[in-house]
Amino acid sequence: MTTNIETDFDKKSTVIPVLEMRGITKRFHGVSALENVALTIYPGEVHALMGENGAGKSTLMKILAGAYIADEGEIRINGKPVKITDPASARQTGINLIYQELNVAPNLTVTENMFMGSELRRGQFLDRQAMQAEAQKVLDSLGATFGANTIVGSLAIAEQQQVEIARALKDNSRILVMDEPTAALSDRETEHLFEVIRKLCADGIAIIYISHRMEEIYALADRISVLRDGQYVGSITREEISPQRLVQMMVGRSMQDFYEHQRRTNPSPVVLEVKNISDGRKVQPASFQLHAGEILGLAGLVGAGRTEVSRLIFGADPKVSGEVWLNGKKLKINSPGDAIAAGIGYVPEDRKDQGLFLEMSSRKNIGLNRLKQDAKAGFINWGSVNNIAKQAVEDFNIRLANLEIRAVDLSGGNQQKLLLARWLAIKPIVLMLDEPTRGVDIGAKSEIYRIMSDLAAQGVAILMVSSELPEVIGMSDRVLVMREGQLVGELDDSAGKEITQENIMQYATGATEVLAS
Amino acid sequence: MRQSLKPAENRAGKRPQSRQRRSINNFLQIAGILPILVAICILFALLSPNFLSAGNAVNILRQASINIVLATGMTFVILTGGIDLSVGSILAVSAVVGVLVSLLPAIGWLAVPVALLTGLLLGLVNGALITFLNVPPFIVTLGTLTALRGAAFLVANGTTVINRDINFAWIGNSYVGPLPWLVIIALLTVVVSWFVLRQTVLGVQIYAVGGNERAARLTGIKVNRVLLFVYGVSGLLSGLAGVMSASRLYSATGMLGQGYELDAIAAVILGGTSFTGGIGTIVGTLFGALIIAVLNNGLTLLNMSFFWQLVVKGLVIIVAVIIDRLRKRSRR
Repeated sequence: MTTNIETDFDKKSTVIPVLEMRGITKRFHGVSALENVALTIYPGEVHALMGENGAGKSTLMKILAGAYIADEGEIRINGKPVKITDPASARQTGINLIYQELNVAPNLTVTENMFMGSELRRGQFLDRQAMQAEAQKVLDSLGATFGANTIVGSLAIAEQQQVEIARALKDNSRILVMDEPTAALSDRETEHLFEVIRKLCADGIAIIYISHRMEEIYALADRISVLRDGQYVGSITREEISPQRLVQMMVGRSMQDFYEHQRRTNPSPVVLEVKNISDGRKVQPASFQLHAGEILGLAGLVGAGRTEVSRLIFGADPKVSGEVWLNGKKLKINSPGDAIAAGIGYVPEDRKDQGLFLEMSSRKNIGLNRLKQDAKAGFINWGSVNNIAKQAVEDFNIRLANLEIRAVDLSGGNQQKLLLARWLAIKPIVLMLDEPTRGVDIGAKSEIYRIMSDLAAQGVAILMVSSELPEVIGMSDRVLVMREGQLVGELDDSAGKEITQENIMQYATGATEVLAS
Repeated sequence: MRQSLKPAENRAGKRPQSRQRRSINNFLQIAGILPILVAICILFALLSPNFLSAGNAVNILRQASINIVLATGMTFVILTGGIDLSVGSILAVSAVVGVLVSLLPAIGWLAVPVALLTGLLLGLVNGALITFLNVPPFIVTLGTLTALRGAAFLVANGTTVINRDINFAWIGNSYVGPLPWLVIIALLTVVVSWFVLRQTVLGVQIYAVGGNERAARLTGIKVNRVLLFVYGVSGLLSGLAGVMSASRLYSATGMLGQGYELDAIAAVILGGTSFTGGIGTIVGTLFGALIIAVLNNGLTLLNMSFFWQLVVKGLVIIVAVIIDRLRKRSRR
C-alpha cells in the first residue's frame, strides 16, 4: 500500500521534502479515522489530496495544522522531526491552513487581520505604520487590488481569501494547505487564485490542495495523493493522471454484502414529480420523478445541493420556482406542515441538530407527528401515543429500557430508528431520507436498510440522499447525481446506465466533462 | 476480537453510570428545589416561634400569589428559550386600566375583563415583535418594560387612581374557608398551566420549540404561533396579576409591580427550568415562588433589615443559576 513513497524518494532523492508525514494514525473513540497514513510534499509543488467524503483528508490536515494530535506517527519538516501540538506550533514550523470557512475578523482592517496575535510594537505601543507598510508589501506581491487599510468585511470572498494567504506569507509560511478554496469563487476569481498559487510555488512554497473538482486538479496539481477509508492508497504524478485512474483509486473498495435490497425491475406508477424546483442559489432548476415502491438514490459530493433539493420539496426552505406533484395533483407546499399533510416525510441528515428533541422522552419523540392528528380537542390522546410508540419499538427493534428514556440517552442507531419511527407513524406516501445511516453502527445500519426495503415493498416511494457510495449502490433502484447544484446524471441499470461507483464519481466530480473535452 | 469486545465493554461500563446520572437528574428536576424549600422552612421554624403557624402559612401563600401567577406565565416563555422582562409593566398598565374602568358607572362591571384583555394584547404585541420582526425577546421586552412603565404613568395621569368601592374587591380581600381568593386564583393558574403543558398538543409543542427549534419546524410545528401563544399567556397572566394587585389595594399607580419581573424569573429558574428552553415544570416554578416568599416572610420575622433581605435573595438567585449549570454539566 505504501510502495509509492519509496519511488517518490528515488525520483526526487536530490531534493529534501519540505514535509513528510509517516505512519499517521488517529482514532476517535476506538474508531480509526486514519490508519498508517503517509504523505510527502516537496517544495514548490502543488500537491492535491483527494478522496471521498470521510476518507480522512480533513483529519490528516487538522493533524498537520495542530487542531488534532496524531495517536501515532511522525512529522518531519525539511528532514527534521517536529512536534506539532497546537495551531501556534504549526504556524511556527511554517504550516498554514486556509479553511473553506474563512477565518477572518470582518470588523477589522486587512492589516489588523494579518498581524492579529503577532502585532509589531514600538515600545509599549503598536507600530501601525510598520505593520501597514509590511502588509501592503505582501498584498502587492500577491497582486491584490485592495489596500491594507480596507475593512475586511467589505471585501469579496475571494479577496478575503487573499487576506488569509497574505497572512500566511507574512508568517513566512512554507506549506499552505487550502481546503476547497474555490468553493465560493467565480470562474474569474478562481483563475486569479490559480495565478497566485503558481506564483507562490515559483517562490518555493508548497501547496497542499484539497478539492473534488477534477478540472482544478488537472489545471494545478503536480502530484496527487489519494486517501480512502482513512488509508493511504498511493500517489501519482501529473503525467500519470487520468480521471478513470483517480476515480478507481478513490472508490476501489470492496462492496459489503449487507444490503438487503433487491433492485426492482418492474416499472411502477409515478408518485412524486418535481418540476424545475430551485431556490435561486444552491439548487439550479431540477426535475425528476419518483415511482411507487422505488428507492431513488440522490448522490453527489458534500455541498452539491442534495440536501437543499429535499428541503425545497419539503417546504423547509422557500423556493423561487418549481412545482411538486403528488399522485397527479399539484401540491401547494409553503411549510413542512403542508408537506406532512400531503403525506411527505423528511428525515434530516443531522438527527441531533434537526431531528430529535434530546431532552424529551422517547415516547414523545416517536409520537410527535401524530399528536395533532390523534388529539381530541387539543388534548393529547396518550393511549394512541403509547400504542404508536410501543409498536414502533417492536417493529424497529429500538433498544430502550422504557419509553420514558430521553432521546439523548440512546445510542446513535437507536436515535436514528426513533426518528424513522416518528416519520413512519404518519404513514408517508413519500419518504425522504437524508444520510439515513450516518454515525450509526453496522448492526443498526443493516436494520435501517431492512426497514427501507420493507417500506419500498409496501409501495412507499423513497428518496435517499447519501454520501456513502456503497449505500447508494446497494440500496438504490435508480440514482440521480448532483454536482454544484445541478442534476448532472441519472443511472439506471435497466436503461443501460449501470449504477457503479465509477459512474457516480465521474458525474459527481465532473470527470466526464474532462474526458469529453 | 478485541475490537468487537470493546464496545460491549463500554456499554456495560456506561449503563450504571448513566442510570446514576439520570437519577441525579430526576432528583434535581422534580424534587430539586423541594428539599431546599423544606430546609429553609425548618430553619425559620427553629429561629422564629411565629413562623410555624397556620396564619403565617396563609400569609406566605398570599404574599406569594402574585409572583406565582407572573412566574407561571414566565415559565411558558422561558420554556421556549425566551424571556419576558415586561411583566411588571404590563401588570401596572392592566391594574391602572382596571381601576379606571371600574370607576365608569355604566361599564364598571367590565373592569376585570378589560384589564385581562389589556394584558393579553400587550403580551401579543411582545410576541408579534419577536416572531414577525425577528427581534430577540430580551430586547423586545426590555423595550416594552420601559415603554409600558411610562404608559402606566400616563394612563394613571401620574397619580394614584383609587376606587374605594371597587367592584372586584373580593378577589384581593375575601376568603373561601381559610384560603384567600388570591391564593386560590394563583393555585388555579398553576393547575391549568400544568394541564396545558402536560396534556395538550400545544404544551408538547412548547417544549419542542424550546428544545430544538429547527427540528420543531421540520416536524411541521408552526413555531411562530407557539411563540405568540406563550407571550400572550405571559401578558394575560400579568394582566391577572394586575387585577389581583388593584383589588387588594383598591387602587393602582404607575409604579405598581416595579421589579416584579426579577422575582418571577428567579422563581422560574429556582424551579429548575432551563434558561435555554425545553426543560422545566410548572410545579418547580411553584416551589421556586414559594422559596422566595418564605425568604421574604422569614427574614422579616427575624427582623432582618430590608437591605440584608435583598442581599440574601440575590444570593439565592445566583445559587439557582449554579444549580442550573450543574444540572446541565451532569447531563453532558
